[in-house]
Amino acid sequence: MARIKVIEEKCTGCGACVDACPFGAIRVEEMAVIDEEKCTLCGACVEACPLGALKLEEVVRTGMDTSKYRGVWVFAEQRHGKVSGVAYELLNVGRRLADDLGEKLTAVVFGPIGEDAVRELIYRGADRVLWADDERLAQFHDDTYAGVLAEMAQAERPEIILCGATSIGRSFFPKAAAKLGTGLTADCTGLEIDKERRLLVQTRPAFGGNIMATILTPDHRPQMATVRHKVMKEAPRQEGREGEVVKWSPRPENLASRTTLVEFVEEVEETVNLADADIIVSGGRGLGGPENFALIRELAMLLGGAVGASRAAVDAGWIPYSHQVGQTGRTVSPKLYIACGISGAIQHLVGMQSSDVIVAINKDPEAPIFKVATFGIVGDLFEVVPALIERLKRRKG
Amino acid sequence: MDIVVCIKQVPETTEVKIDPQTKTLVREGIPGIVNPFDMYAIEEGLRLKERYGGKVKVLTMGPPQAEDALREALAMGADEAVLLSDKALAGSDTLATSYALSMAVRKLGYDLVICGKQAVDGDTAQVGPEMAEHLGVPFVAWVRKVEEVSDGKIKVQRLMDDGYEVLEMPLPALITVVKEINEPRLPSLRGKMRARKAQIPVWTVEDIGADPSRVGLEGSPTQVVRVFTPERRAGGEILQGEPEEVADKLVEKLEAMGVI
Amino acid sequence: MPNYFLTEEQMMIRDLARQIAEEKVKPVRAELDEKEEFPWEIVRILAQADLFRVWVPEEYGGLGGGTLELCLATEELSRACAGVAVTYAGSALGGTPILLFGNEEQKEKYLPPLASGEKLAAFALTEPDAGSDAAAISTTAEKVEGGYVLNGTKQWITNGGEAEIYVVIAMTDKTKGARGASAFIVEKGWEGFGFGKKERKMGIRASATRELIFQDCFVPKENLLGREGMGFIVAMRTFDRTRPGIGAQSVGIAQGALDEALAYAHQRHQFGRPISSFQAIQHMLADMATQIEAARALVYYAARLIDSGEKDISKISAMAKLFASDVAMRVTTDAVQIFGGYGYMREYPVEKMMRDAKITQIYEGTNQIMRNIIAGELIKELASRR
Repeated sequence: MARIKVIEEKCTGCGACVDACPFGAIRVEEMAVIDEEKCTLCGACVEACPLGALKLEEVVRTGMDTSKYRGVWVFAEQRHGKVSGVAYELLNVGRRLADDLGEKLTAVVFGPIGEDAVRELIYRGADRVLWADDERLAQFHDDTYAGVLAEMAQAERPEIILCGATSIGRSFFPKAAAKLGTGLTADCTGLEIDKERRLLVQTRPAFGGNIMATILTPDHRPQMATVRHKVMKEAPRQEGREGEVVKWSPRPENLASRTTLVEFVEEVEETVNLADADIIVSGGRGLGGPENFALIRELAMLLGGAVGASRAAVDAGWIPYSHQVGQTGRTVSPKLYIACGISGAIQHLVGMQSSDVIVAINKDPEAPIFKVATFGIVGDLFEVVPALIERLKRRKG
Repeated sequence: MDIVVCIKQVPETTEVKIDPQTKTLVREGIPGIVNPFDMYAIEEGLRLKERYGGKVKVLTMGPPQAEDALREALAMGADEAVLLSDKALAGSDTLATSYALSMAVRKLGYDLVICGKQAVDGDTAQVGPEMAEHLGVPFVAWVRKVEEVSDGKIKVQRLMDDGYEVLEMPLPALITVVKEINEPRLPSLRGKMRARKAQIPVWTVEDIGADPSRVGLEGSPTQVVRVFTPERRAGGEILQGEPEEVADKLVEKLEAMGVI
Repeated sequence: MPNYFLTEEQMMIRDLARQIAEEKVKPVRAELDEKEEFPWEIVRILAQADLFRVWVPEEYGGLGGGTLELCLATEELSRACAGVAVTYAGSALGGTPILLFGNEEQKEKYLPPLASGEKLAAFALTEPDAGSDAAAISTTAEKVEGGYVLNGTKQWITNGGEAEIYVVIAMTDKTKGARGASAFIVEKGWEGFGFGKKERKMGIRASATRELIFQDCFVPKENLLGREGMGFIVAMRTFDRTRPGIGAQSVGIAQGALDEALAYAHQRHQFGRPISSFQAIQHMLADMATQIEAARALVYYAARLIDSGEKDISKISAMAKLFASDVAMRVTTDAVQIFGGYGYMREYPVEKMMRDAKITQIYEGTNQIMRNIIAGELIKELASRR
């Protein structure tokens, strides 16, 4: 059985491994002692040991003959017939990986999306498009999507398949990986090729982004990963770029879904619950009046976030109490908090200072909000916020 | 209806902080809690039982102390709990974990399996869908409402980025639920007393009839080769320049950090 | 915090009450206070958590605990919001006379819905002209065929209007003074039983305080609690058991204020350092903590003595209420002082705690009456030793 081995001759009990262990599984009793109940074999301690006294004892893995797998695939997700932006991001990273391996890049696409959309995938870097142009794949179902992708992969044996970490991708891709009996790494933010070993080096955040992990799928193929949306840039468009389009006729059993769609109800996000929001854009006294909350709303909408406010803005009657962040309002801890025209009274700070990233936009360089801000912008919010909105609109395309 | 809810014990991540000097996780005194998303799964299981009758069985895989998570579920009202615990399971990735859990679920017997959408420590959201594949049952992820169960079918709403889809599938099936689905109840005193006294069976790899080569590190295709602390900019970086310039800089930085 | 040798079940009650206080009460307390809104949602949560069951015997759907268990839950809820806590404890106050003096039928009928939290109870003694001088009550209960007819007005009744079950003290024989009072169980909705306006209070504003108005309200004889003429005994025995609860409420309010003051003192910087590094603040915090611990010890002791079956509990009960409520007033005042100007603002919770604390020195017998009781008992003891 696999375990972390302490090499007694080398260990001095320095404790570097104790600090490095994310799971609290190591203590020092003259030498490092591993609590095997807690140890997850993550290897952080092995990395941290300055003396090389820790070793992950090798295990025999039942792998596959990896040499038979070649090429990089990306899954080009479509929704209601339209290829989503994440597909172009994947083509960008996929192109780089394929070039590093000296292999072809294939885009896999399902459903009747039309020749133009297929050609666009080639313009964006695909050498080849594997197109299951079947009406029954227009609507996303886990059974059909996982089934057809697995069927293709079994037949063609790519070494890497990437998919967007979207609602669709994170649902069916694990199912496909399980069908193929291979490894899958979720929500990657970094992908590189270890050229020596022809391996995909996958990096992803864990523990709410507090730590990063590098993950390999050494002995199984394909190496599968979902990629976080908006982390990678979209592939540049090269009009007229040439490539091959291969139509794929899926096996009938893979076109039968056990889930049936009764209806789709479109919902345009309006108000996001403050406490649950990943992104909050807040306005304060600096806005000067209720009409200027329109700026805050626009910025929030662009970011898919919620609108917050300081007490001053609420007390002035510019925005309802339900938006108030702070001691008497909501306590929030989003991934991103953008404070516009908020000076940062203690009562406000206690309600938001545990946010992951705080951006402060304020005229007064002495404003206390800058002390907690990850990024501070000293300036007129009526200039900075519109510039930011412009920039984000361009980014959305 | 027999409902199996799969839960995970996780460190209370909101309390996980990085030591600015050593750049490592400060984890002293971090209590183990039930993965918050699994609380919605437990609650939904209990509500479905209240609507349609049957039993709610909770299952977790983990070290012996993961039993606390099961007791919490029992205190909320679950009927039975099973701990899948075996040193041979250490180092399991999502494929191996989902395989082991699916074997335990089979042994428990079920009409519906409910999982939280993801665990907050690993954030992979893979174990649910992979279990569905191992079990060979239909599944729907991101369920925000169970509309009804009737005639051996379940009708659910799946939350998508642009709205929601109403889907129907035959039982047995598996769903993963999102937080919009309900508000988990607090435990009751009588529930806690019952939970305290409950005997929780511990199952091993052998008990569930799993293939030892498909669990643990051996059965895991993925391998964590390195864990490290992300580079963090010290707080208080002031961005300077014209509005357009700072807007560009800010968006770039936020993109690089993966927050937008 | 010392663990006071609590049993595992008692710790469970304390911990669950604390969890509810933290997760469900704290986020809404300011709004409940501001809007003077009755906390039905919280009552439902407390019921679902079995907290209304703690003081009720098992045969009536309870968990078989006693005064200490009730005190533990009350203290924890008070730590977050005394208005919510008094709503909870007020139901126990209304149920206690039924537990102590009710016959089997009455207990079987009225205790289970109180234990489940499906219904709330209230206790009605005070009248516009009868506060500390309880013997001056003028509500009458005239004996008629098959029961009694109640007439009169009760004032400042906690849970009034929201509760379903009321224990009401009324005069069955005015000529006998205190010995002419009797206790009745009256249900909301009975003809001739109505409510006056909801009072607007200084503190505990989430709780409902109303007038009860009886106009020829018929109460069947089965709802006489104990015997005719026992009304004051019912009231006094009830208070003897529930006063430690006011003590627990006081301890909770004080503890909540200390928690806030300590956290603030640590965070607030003046003259370039946290104010908790100044001895003036440190000594205040030390005194606050010491007083709270002394009050808690006395309250728990009183509760345990009651639960042990001891009969002679008036003095210790009054002491617990007197001491703890005075501590609550002092500690909350000091907490506001530590917060300085911020403490006086409604953005911060300590001014509410100070407003909430004041009532603990007044209700269920003013602290002046508590001293009368204690002194009276002391003199009685001296006399009996002679």
